[in-house]
Amino acid sequence: MSHLRRPAPRELQPVSFAFSPENMERAKKIIAKYPEGRQQSAVMPLLDLAQRQTEGNWVPTVAMDYIADMLEMPAIRVYEVATFYTMYNLAPVGKNFIQVCTTTPCWLRGSADVVDTCKKELGIGIGETTEDGQFTLIEVECLGACVNAPMMQINDDYYEDLTADSTKSILDALKKGEKPKAGPQIGRRGCEPIDGPKVLKAFCGCGAADQSADASEGEA
Amino acid sequence: MLQDKDRIFTNLYGFQDFGLKAAQARGNWDGTKALIEKGRDWIINEMKASGLRGRGGAGFPTGLKWSFMPKESDGRPSYLVVNADEGEPGTCKDREIMRNDPHTLIEGCLLASFAMNAHAGYIYIRGEFYHEASNLQRAIDEAYEAGLLGKNACGSGWDYDLYLHLGAGAYICGEETALIESLEGKKGQPRLKPPFPANAGLYGCPTTVNNVESIAVVPEILRRGGAWFTGFGRENNHGTKLFAISGHVEKPCTVEEAMSIPLRELIEKHCGGVRGGWDNLLAVIPGGSSVPLMTKDICDDVLMDFDALREVGSGLGTAAVIVMDKSTDIVYAIARLSEFYQHESCGQCTPCREGTGWMARIMARMVRGQATLDEIDLLWDVTKQVEGHTICALGDAAAWPIQGLIRHFRPEMERRIKEYRARIAA
Repeated sequence: MSHLRRPAPRELQPVSFAFSPENMERAKKIIAKYPEGRQQSAVMPLLDLAQRQTEGNWVPTVAMDYIADMLEMPAIRVYEVATFYTMYNLAPVGKNFIQVCTTTPCWLRGSADVVDTCKKELGIGIGETTEDGQFTLIEVECLGACVNAPMMQINDDYYEDLTADSTKSILDALKKGEKPKAGPQIGRRGCEPIDGPKVLKAFCGCGAADQSADASEGEA
Repeated sequence: MLQDKDRIFTNLYGFQDFGLKAAQARGNWDGTKALIEKGRDWIINEMKASGLRGRGGAGFPTGLKWSFMPKESDGRPSYLVVNADEGEPGTCKDREIMRNDPHTLIEGCLLASFAMNAHAGYIYIRGEFYHEASNLQRAIDEAYEAGLLGKNACGSGWDYDLYLHLGAGAYICGEETALIESLEGKKGQPRLKPPFPANAGLYGCPTTVNNVESIAVVPEILRRGGAWFTGFGRENNHGTKLFAISGHVEKPCTVEEAMSIPLRELIEKHCGGVRGGWDNLLAVIPGGSSVPLMTKDICDDVLMDFDALREVGSGLGTAAVIVMDKSTDIVYAIARLSEFYQHESCGQCTPCREGTGWMARIMARMVRGQATLDEIDLLWDVTKQVEGHTICALGDAAAWPIQGLIRHFRPEMERRIKEYRARIAA
């Protein structure tokens, strides 16, 4: 079990938490999405908001208490939610939070190379953070981008169709403080075949309507 | 092969803008008001006539599911909840709808909700889909501004609110009652059924939970008629379908095709074939990680639909096709899925909480061959102890891939054990 799934030690826990004025506005809008008296539904988005506000991209226990008060629910119910869902970091992580998918579809396409490259280039193991606090590396389960495998998520961005080389380039750019381009790294736009769409060509600006694979290649 | 004129998701690849104006040019929101004016019964009957079966994995007839909702309110509101917690390994189709064709989903939500007497809908999207959620929210905002959602939506006289709710990384929330729990602000642990959500779902109110794709195809089905949709696929397996083909193919992609397309045609026409040629194929998992794998001899002529795949001991699931060529360490491929289910078990039912761990640990040894031959039978027995003994289907989903492995690759498992033991003896 990753250390991010258990509350950080006391010496790391801040003593107070409050939403910034902007986040308070956001929080109010979130709570308004749910029917009167059902404000507990807002607990997940508010935990996310607290995590984004906290230096180190994590949810301190005091923020859970704060949200419990705000939503008028027992603190233990907030703790349950915060410890159940894996996207809540319960301890600080690096500025670049790297999550490499290693579930079978990514593994088939070489996720082991991506993990190895990250370990080698960053000099850390799974679940560790670099000394300068710039990178944390973890392995995660399926992120739902399987036709663009292998892939990793860095903060909010997906980096897809990776190789050892493109992984290294991305890490190098991040080390320099640059923001590498997210998405597929092999020159495709999304989930179409690598050499361009075979269907929907008229909609993709690269051919006439119903110019199917049959027409371009003859009957298979 | 399906023609472009019959494809519903024309911006699947995102070459056009996802926004309202471009979506309307593609035909979205065309005559929505008139569809609503045809009435609730007409919509549900048309959906039943279309033969649409749920696209989230279970394949339950969508029109029938809608008809379970109360016709008149007993004072409680009704809800539509859209399951956008896409996380079944291999599956990446709803993502494309939400980021590239979000208005198909939003219009579908309005029509489906109207048919079920719901004035509010929630779309529960997995938290990792940050940019997908952002596109979808912008599309929802645009729809409100254009009067397509909100008070008197589309000028139909029907008031409708649609909200987006982000998850936070729990595969189990793809199970409909776990999703409802999560939406209520709790741990995502499945509920016992009955009561079914149509009687007591979100906030104890009548609720229908549908997959993104099931809802997003609704507007086109209603515009073109149920009969158009039944024009594709075999009896009881109708329609068009998004297939996501990953793994060892030359060009992995997601594509909308007719149901019942032969697996081989799907792979060869759209993905450039299996890496190294068809004869280099070892096995295919045809419907996301939860369904048993199929060996090449089955893949040669199997059709991609619910009934054909069930007949060969697998399933269509989410139509996420994971292709494995002969270079694959098949035991590890399945062992990694066992790890996945161990990680994702919510911990509520003992057979699943403990069983997924047992299965993952035995599978880890099977990869190395560090086991005895009779432990293969023991492993089979453990899968049977889990299967059918849990509140939700995660237990079954964890058991089936291993059962498929043992059924089809027992000799490979035995070979590893014998080699390992020979090495130890030497």
